[in-house]
Amino acid sequence: MPSDLIHQYMRIDHLPQIWCPGCGNGVIMRDVAVAIDELIQDEENDFDRDDFVIVSGIGCSSRAAGYLDFNSIHTTHGRAIAFATGIKMANPKLNVIVLTGDGDCSAIGGNHLIHAARRNLGLTVICFNNDIYGMTGGQYSPTTPNGDKATTAPYGNVDRPFDIANLATGAGASFSARGDVFHARETTEIIKKAILHKGFSLVDVYSVCPTYYGRKNKKGDAVEMLKWQRDNLIPTARYYSMSEELRAGKKLIGILSYNDYPEYTEEYAKVIAAASNKAKK
Amino acid sequence: MSKAVLMQGNEAAVEGAIAAGMRFFAGYPITPSTEIAEQSALRLPQMGGKFIQMEDEISSIAAVLGASVAGMKAMTATSGPGFSLMQENIGYGVMAEIPCVIIDVQRCGPSTGLATSPSQGDYMQAKWGTHGDHPVIALSPSSVLETYTLIIRAFNLSEKYRTPVIFLMDEIVGHMREGVELPNPNDLIINRRKMSFHDGANKECYYVPEGKYVPAMKPFGQGERYNITGLAHDVSGFPVNSNEIADKLVTRLLDKVEKNVDNIVRVEEYLMDDAETAIVCFGGTARAAMDAVNAARAQGRKVGLFRPITVWPFPEKKLLARLPQLKNILMVEHNHGQMLLEVQRVTRCEKPVHFLGRVDGTVISPDDILAKLNEMEDTNHAE
Amino acid sequence: MSKRYEMRFAGSGGQGVILASVIIAEAAVIAGLNTVQSQAYGPEARGGVSKAETVLSCDKIWYSKVTRPNFLLALTQASLDTYTRELAEGAVVMMDDGLNCPADLDPARVISVPILQTAKEKVGKAFTANIVAVGAINRALRLFSDKDLMEGVKRHIPAGTEEINQKALAEGAALISDAQAEAFAQTIG
Repeated sequence: MPSDLIHQYMRIDHLPQIWCPGCGNGVIMRDVAVAIDELIQDEENDFDRDDFVIVSGIGCSSRAAGYLDFNSIHTTHGRAIAFATGIKMANPKLNVIVLTGDGDCSAIGGNHLIHAARRNLGLTVICFNNDIYGMTGGQYSPTTPNGDKATTAPYGNVDRPFDIANLATGAGASFSARGDVFHARETTEIIKKAILHKGFSLVDVYSVCPTYYGRKNKKGDAVEMLKWQRDNLIPTARYYSMSEELRAGKKLIGILSYNDYPEYTEEYAKVIAAASNKAKK
Repeated sequence: MSKAVLMQGNEAAVEGAIAAGMRFFAGYPITPSTEIAEQSALRLPQMGGKFIQMEDEISSIAAVLGASVAGMKAMTATSGPGFSLMQENIGYGVMAEIPCVIIDVQRCGPSTGLATSPSQGDYMQAKWGTHGDHPVIALSPSSVLETYTLIIRAFNLSEKYRTPVIFLMDEIVGHMREGVELPNPNDLIINRRKMSFHDGANKECYYVPEGKYVPAMKPFGQGERYNITGLAHDVSGFPVNSNEIADKLVTRLLDKVEKNVDNIVRVEEYLMDDAETAIVCFGGTARAAMDAVNAARAQGRKVGLFRPITVWPFPEKKLLARLPQLKNILMVEHNHGQMLLEVQRVTRCEKPVHFLGRVDGTVISPDDILAKLNEMEDTNHAE
Repeated sequence: MSKRYEMRFAGSGGQGVILASVIIAEAAVIAGLNTVQSQAYGPEARGGVSKAETVLSCDKIWYSKVTRPNFLLALTQASLDTYTRELAEGAVVMMDDGLNCPADLDPARVISVPILQTAKEKVGKAFTANIVAVGAINRALRLFSDKDLMEGVKRHIPAGTEEINQKALAEGAALISDAQAEAFAQTIG
């Protein structure tokens, strides 16, 4: 029941949230809460609610940390993954979940993203990707499509965009996936898998920003933007049953890459064991 | 055989930090601080602690703050260029009240400057580097042994006042080796910060009882859920858009240090009792000043050394207490006049304040200081 | 030794002059002397002239840098030519005998010995030149007991290399004649 979820996992005193009407971020925040709830409920996992830490950076998406009733830390712009690195290293039993946005995670924080992926440190990064800087009023981000308009691209964006899930894969992420707002159930399942994954995991979740991105680029209202997601973002099973021709211009919702590389804190535990033995000798 | 061992300043910083309970280090290589990272990488895992080489200095300080939030005493070390990169997150540590220690082994700037040459050019940056009004505690050692004992104090102050403490070293002390006999650290260390909220707190992590200045909170993962943010926040740790609450918060942050300044400030005064000239000098530079004071005394001149060990907040009261007996002051530092500004501010230039500084990467020698003292005397006679 | 005794060790990067300086300082600590050791690091120390400094004294040492060396070890021509200019009066210079002695040096104060050759041919490892030099320095200046010096060396070499380093010390000491040892030990005071 959604209302139960709110009472159980949201900080009611701090709602309603600041996001605009039609914003996709609330749906993604709900997906995260449902994913954590289902994992805690599942006794097989032995998850304690207080073992979850939500870390965020700066931007619209990053406000989600304050609404979710867990240990939460709203850090500086771009640095959420770096803060999370210290938290996870200090206490590897914690489930550290980073909530970030396309700018926070792939522009100012891009360096931390690729290095956390390379190390395979056991963090779960959920990127609320709305193709725009919303908090500051609609400037182009590293995921704004080429040619689209933004307040800082009044003649159209000449940058070529990142595909954040592929970027993470390229950087060596052992789990990289894509989700969206329209396919909430599928996305929730992907987030659950990402949290359960031992190494570094990234889920690039396509949000919608009707206020700044949609309006500027004549994408219609929130409903129209969600319809676009329905028609162009395709869950795994259906995607692979489609012909090459039908797939053209469409994107997969699901897990893009998966590996069981050794996890960083487990590897470091071996360093501690080796160093303590040497010190004793 | 002597029990002493030959130890480098940078190495002593790590040994002192480990003695103080430091179990997490994140950093990025930079001359002349690199030995601190190397020694931490070697020593921490032997103690069950963690070392990580991050992708830059911004992420290094961020990881340190994260580790501290999760319950570990944490430290990073860098030099000027990296210290500049760390400034935003140092401000975050101040605002969110996260204890940690940041070592800056200063080198000649600006920019890449003279990477291997000694400097004290980050003195003002240590105070004003991060934006906004904020308190700063900064300590500066003059010897290898003092590096060891003082960094333990840096951790103590950081824990006690829940604020990042800047440990302002310089190339002279960082790269110098001396024979040291380490004291028993147990006499020097305070425990980890209080592990529960203040009495009377309604699970409000930033609650502070009347008459106190420092909140108390559990690390993450120990059964209390709360929020931390760099935005202006109320006692529960949530952002608020209230001018009154923002004012109260910043005032309390500043008061934390200001109202406890007498406990935080430490100075070494050498032959100051009858001194008519005070050489004000800190860090590695003070070693030359010490020799200069002895040489001047041998010539029958009443010169003493006033050495701030706590360099921020500046030891205002202690210098003012000496002012009536002084004829003049000589500020000696490896920069173009930074602590000089504090000395001038505090003394209101009631007595002549002379200056000897250097930014060319060479080291000020005792002879340089003696020559300056002679020049000052000639000026007096001319008057 | 009551007053400040300043020693400078110079050569090119890779010759181990910094380690030689550190070992002298370590031996001083073991012998209960006051000492401060420092060196040029980083880019300065890559190729070209590399230098390290050790100050010894019975009194507390404050100023850590060497300004007027009482002793100079030089293993390259460039370092010999550069640092000869800054010597204290009566300073002793130890140089590798493959170098040209600058004309302005007092030959009575120069110890010219085959350090590099001894390391390569007698000890059998060129990289032990710095330890050979330390052995020669200690024999000439009579700074420390052999036991304290070897302990100083041990604290700075990899385990398992004690034997070859011991040999390097001995071969270094053997480069100094009794007459030289007699003459130069008095320069310390």
